[in-house]
Amino acid sequence: MSKLVEMTGIEKYFPGVHALKNVQFDIASGEVHALMGENGAGKSTLMKILSGIYQRDGGELIIGGQSVSPTTPGEAQDLGIGIIHQELSLMNDLTAAQNIFIGREPRRKFGRLDEAMLNAKTAEIFGSMNLNLDPKVLVGSLTIAKQQMIEIAKALSFRSNVLIMDEPTAALNDAEIAELFAIIRRLKSEGVGIVYISHKMDELKQIADRVTVMRDGEYVGTVDAVETPINKIIAMMVGREVNEKPLEVPNLGDAEVSLKVSGLCRGKDIQDVSFTVQRGEILGFAGLMGAGRTEVARAIFGADPKDAGKIEVHGRQVAIQSPSDAVKAGIGYLSEDRKHFGLATGMNVRDNIALSSMDLFSTGRGVLNEDKMAETAKLFIRKLGIRTPSDTQEVRLLSGGNQQKVVIAKWLLRDCDILIFDEPTRGIDVGAKSEIYKLLEELAAEGKTIIVISSELPEIMRLSHRIAVMCEGRLTGILPGGKETTQEDIMQLATQREAAMRVAETVQ
Amino acid sequence: MSSVTDVKDKSPLANLGDSGAYQKLLAFASLIALLIGFSIASPNFMQTSNMIAILQATSVNGVLAVAATLVIITGGIDLSVGTLMTFCAVIAGVALTYLGLPLLFGVIAAIAAGAFCGLCSGTFVAKMKIPPFIATLGMMLILKGLSLVISGTRPIYFNDTPGFDQISRGSLIGEVIPALPIPNGVLILFLVAISASYILSRTVLGRYTFALGSNEEAVRLSGVNTDAWKMRIYALAGGICGIGGILIASRLNSAQPALGLGYELEAIAAVVIGGTSLSGGRGTILGTLIGALIMAVLTNGLRVLSVAQEWQTVVTGAIIILAVYADMVRRKKSG
Repeated sequence: MSKLVEMTGIEKYFPGVHALKNVQFDIASGEVHALMGENGAGKSTLMKILSGIYQRDGGELIIGGQSVSPTTPGEAQDLGIGIIHQELSLMNDLTAAQNIFIGREPRRKFGRLDEAMLNAKTAEIFGSMNLNLDPKVLVGSLTIAKQQMIEIAKALSFRSNVLIMDEPTAALNDAEIAELFAIIRRLKSEGVGIVYISHKMDELKQIADRVTVMRDGEYVGTVDAVETPINKIIAMMVGREVNEKPLEVPNLGDAEVSLKVSGLCRGKDIQDVSFTVQRGEILGFAGLMGAGRTEVARAIFGADPKDAGKIEVHGRQVAIQSPSDAVKAGIGYLSEDRKHFGLATGMNVRDNIALSSMDLFSTGRGVLNEDKMAETAKLFIRKLGIRTPSDTQEVRLLSGGNQQKVVIAKWLLRDCDILIFDEPTRGIDVGAKSEIYKLLEELAAEGKTIIVISSELPEIMRLSHRIAVMCEGRLTGILPGGKETTQEDIMQLATQREAAMRVAETVQ
Repeated sequence: MSSVTDVKDKSPLANLGDSGAYQKLLAFASLIALLIGFSIASPNFMQTSNMIAILQATSVNGVLAVAATLVIITGGIDLSVGTLMTFCAVIAGVALTYLGLPLLFGVIAAIAAGAFCGLCSGTFVAKMKIPPFIATLGMMLILKGLSLVISGTRPIYFNDTPGFDQISRGSLIGEVIPALPIPNGVLILFLVAISASYILSRTVLGRYTFALGSNEEAVRLSGVNTDAWKMRIYALAGGICGIGGILIASRLNSAQPALGLGYELEAIAAVVIGGTSLSGGRGTILGTLIGALIMAVLTNGLRVLSVAQEWQTVVTGAIIILAVYADMVRRKKSG
């Protein structure tokens, strides 16, 4: 295999930080080369150097046999380097074709656009990807997976022979991931080299040929993706072995039912959902993307309105119209999207911890007791092991795992004993993940009631004492946690579509 | 990760109260530079009487700018501060001149009217989910119209209320220190600014003001009744505009119903020059005060140098663009 890109001895400094230290990386034609490492390991910095967003301070970058130094993304594109960012950068109000050729629209005389040509060229690219999509469709009307395909088409339209994908499956469900992998394999067979950045180990095994691991801005090593055991890759990433304890399902006996939801409905998203959770229990919610799990959580929490349904907390029926009602009833919700729905990112750790409980820190006239806030914040920083230089650090500067802990601290301080975690480890490093898991288990052992929504089956199976499975807005079943339940059992319930169920019923 | 955070922690921006510190410093330096520049250009500039005239001119715009700052930190905008000021002045006129109520009642009526109108704007924004720009644009026109209707399009004079003009023009400080006849209007501006600054940095309302501007949905999902807090902030801003109404009425010894349009833009300009972010979550009252002073110094200095009024406006516009550009450059550098 010929080398498309070779990076050796790469150095990068930011003010006060030695971000990359003597890093090496290469991409061969027709391979998927996974780049792994915890957040802050330097993966993105390295890829930004390759794609011309940053300039290196040392080392050599060879593309197609020539030593080069792209200084803008445009120059890198001309060298055949395409990058698909984790956060999609598409214009929702333009069509697929208009997005793909933005800034390079085919023109006719007097600056008029040649829409026909534009759509024809786009159709050609879609055809080469075996993608069945209308070039004239509005991007905003597509699913995230399809939008991702359009990003890929855009990168290909530059005739890229190296494609960098930064966590491309973060927002995709299993079917969509399979679709993406089919396209990756096709590109591979055409000789394109792909850099694949992901935190998901199982994906790696499916799609990658080689794995390069980075840690703290340094190159750790490159190994074969198929032959190397996952444990070893994780050990390379965190610098130590991570031992996962097997799940022990506690015997809750007749512990109090702390949350009872019955007949919860909202349009097509939530159809007659009923369940109970006991004190000290972790109830997992599994299902495919769009199964309605987040919708159920938000409806219970009062973040969205509901059509019908009764919610009882500790045996008492509560009327929850808004998040503030839910919090009064002792229910806290930790959103999957911490940046948008969980944290006031511009504010510091102390303020974020106190955000739900300002009344605890104020006098009758609404004056804040800053000392007491600081004391409380420091208490939680110690108790939850939040890694931050101080309680006045802005939360946006913390890592994902520590941000999540700040949100947890917020709810613990508010004395919420029913906590709903929506994708608690999304965007969190492998090492920090097991810390969050441990924390959830400790909370349950202390007598909190925990609901965990997760799209990652291993996570659901690792945590849940019982597993509720949803499909298309309906609760299709509740399975016991632990060894008796397999991924297949869950998937069967998660794909139990209504039409199929009706057929099954008539047969019976 | 830790290495990155360490570096960031050294920045003086770590404390919320200090956010925009660079911009404030920059604004303050520009203010000093302007003062020095004008004193060199004209010997008449650095006179005590002229300095006091500048402060006097700052008082009304400063008070309105403080009100606008509160709303802007929540991520909103208030276009009604100017005509609300006029409306409150007219209400004071109705209470004092038409109804003959005692002075204190006139003042209270004006502030209460302001708070009520602010509450209305807040309701439109928070409960009816009308974008702040539109809600306060509507409010601006409504209040302009109401001022004209209530006053019958004629100015209301306060000749029957002795002492009303002293609210702004008198000088309590001057009675104690005769060499420093700082008008009461300026004193009131500083009291308003100190109170607002205290509210922003030390109270729950203030903390939620920043939190709303930083990430409103996250605050709502924290179980905070965001609508209610937002309405309180708009009401507080409206009340402060009421104080502005008293100040302007006192200074002119009359409520001029046609006045008010354009004041909102000057107030917003002062806020922006002072380093408060129009996207919310960031800003200080001190910055706004400096911003208001810069505009007053500029207007006054150019007048002392006999620059035509038309050109003064051009310069003010250019200053706004420069100030915000400087802030952008600064922010890009600090990443």
